[in-house]
Amino acid sequence: MTTVIDQAQQDIVDEFAFLGDWTERYQYIIDCGKSLTDLPDEEKTETNKLHGCQSQVWLVADRDGDRLTFRAISDALIVSGLIALLLRIYSGRTRQEIASSRPWFVEQLGLKDHLSATRSNGLASMLQAIYQHAEAVSA
Amino acid sequence: MSAIPRSDSHFDVSAWRADFPALRRTVHGKPLVYFDSAATAQRPLAVLTAMDQFYRQYNANVHRGVHTLSGEATDLFEQARTRLTRHINADSEREVIFTRGSTESINLVAQAYARPKLQPGDQVLISTMEHHSNIVPWQMVCEQTGAELKIIPVLENGELDMQAVPQLLTERTKILALVHVSNAVGTINPVRQICRMARERNITTLLDGAQAMPHLAVDVQAIGCDFYSVSGHKMYGPTGIGLLYGREALLDAMPPWHGGGEMIRTVTFEKTTYNDLPAKFEAGTPNIAGAIGLGAAAAYLQSLGLEAIAEHEQHLLEHATSQLKQVSGLRIVGEARHKASVISFVIDGVHPHDLGTIVDHDGFAIRTGHHCTMPLIKRFGLPATARMSLGLYNSVAEIDAFIPVLKKARAMLV
Repeated sequence: MTTVIDQAQQDIVDEFAFLGDWTERYQYIIDCGKSLTDLPDEEKTETNKLHGCQSQVWLVADRDGDRLTFRAISDALIVSGLIALLLRIYSGRTRQEIASSRPWFVEQLGLKDHLSATRSNGLASMLQAIYQHAEAVSA
Repeated sequence: MSAIPRSDSHFDVSAWRADFPALRRTVHGKPLVYFDSAATAQRPLAVLTAMDQFYRQYNANVHRGVHTLSGEATDLFEQARTRLTRHINADSEREVIFTRGSTESINLVAQAYARPKLQPGDQVLISTMEHHSNIVPWQMVCEQTGAELKIIPVLENGELDMQAVPQLLTERTKILALVHVSNAVGTINPVRQICRMARERNITTLLDGAQAMPHLAVDVQAIGCDFYSVSGHKMYGPTGIGLLYGREALLDAMPPWHGGGEMIRTVTFEKTTYNDLPAKFEAGTPNIAGAIGLGAAAAYLQSLGLEAIAEHEQHLLEHATSQLKQVSGLRIVGEARHKASVISFVIDGVHPHDLGTIVDHDGFAIRTGHHCTMPLIKRFGLPATARMSLGLYNSVAEIDAFIPVLKKARAMLV
């Protein structure tokens, strides 16, 4: 059975299939970044800041029982665009749904370069933070 | 290595470029344009060959064996030191210590020279434009000794505030540690003048020369500094190797830093006596191939001529500066009167990381971020800049090709 998280990933992969070369793909990610809702300044705190990103990234997780809602923003547009994709996939899911999922869309979109720990745009840090929030809720 | 071909207005750099195998590769299907030499330069074939030959034919430990290979390896290692001694015009080989790089050189001076000398209330003077490697070692030694770190401010144009310097050189100032050429904004500091001011007040000087070595002919005696740090990989040599130049009288009086083999004369459990300079500061088996590679890099730069390199790079700097200014919303950060070919810039409304990511897809390697100079970038009120650093192999054509790519990236991001 396809889970909601798998379906959200598939939707994104399908959307990217319509895009041409890398310029269009990046433009799409940039546009997602431009339309991402900003965090209020009082939430852009050191506590909410993710490390391992060369650009600044703030991530807030609101929980309602088992359900997690994520809000996040970066000062760099491409990173904000990647955040927008992550929020579509993970925000509003339960911790069980997140914990049992795998971020396979990264490979399918050809974003794998961005995941390696040595790359500095922070996609790996963001994913790690999301999965950690899912585990922390269960503890 | 090739003679300098000249065209009417500037060098035809293609012969120099041909010496660098890495420049032949492509990135994302586009020819690589390498504008990140200030982070690390590419290596010429002469350096690669010297290191390869050492491992293939001469590999043995140095200063130890009586066998032929060990003797030959020692000769090559010490020939490299001699070449580098002449390259920076040190007085003798005893003043040239192999280290892992500029960072280790500065730490060596901070721990073996400054730490025993500094008293609570003494001052170490640095500047706002230092690389973290010329900040943190001094912060550490200040914490250890109770000395105080003082800072020479930087002006809006990226130059040192020279008017502030005399008041900052006080009776309590024991050490002045200053970058020769800024890796972030390219400023060439008036080091002779500042070293003279320090000398008149009996203040010991260390210059961080990591970024000067690839661009300028450095003469440590003419500059008049006490210590000078060098990184191999910024001057087209290997990574993991560098130099510390120190005046012999100072090095001689300093205690050893790292203990181990090579740096000793005799070891007993009661007492160990130390070796002479420079071995006293070279504990353990050194980076032999690295040292030989660094010697080859110096020979390579001499074969092209540092004056010819500087002339070519100044031409590139002027051309790039005027072309970048054609891009709307672009502002150059740091426009000192004396600059090496390093250009930091920002574009209104565009995050440098986004810019760097997009131009990479067109084959252009630029650096984005704080360039390990967070206090300097903060001084300009910025979180980051994009940096284009030009080396001897870069061309006017590459700069011209970059401008439309930059404009396209801006159009995508604004």
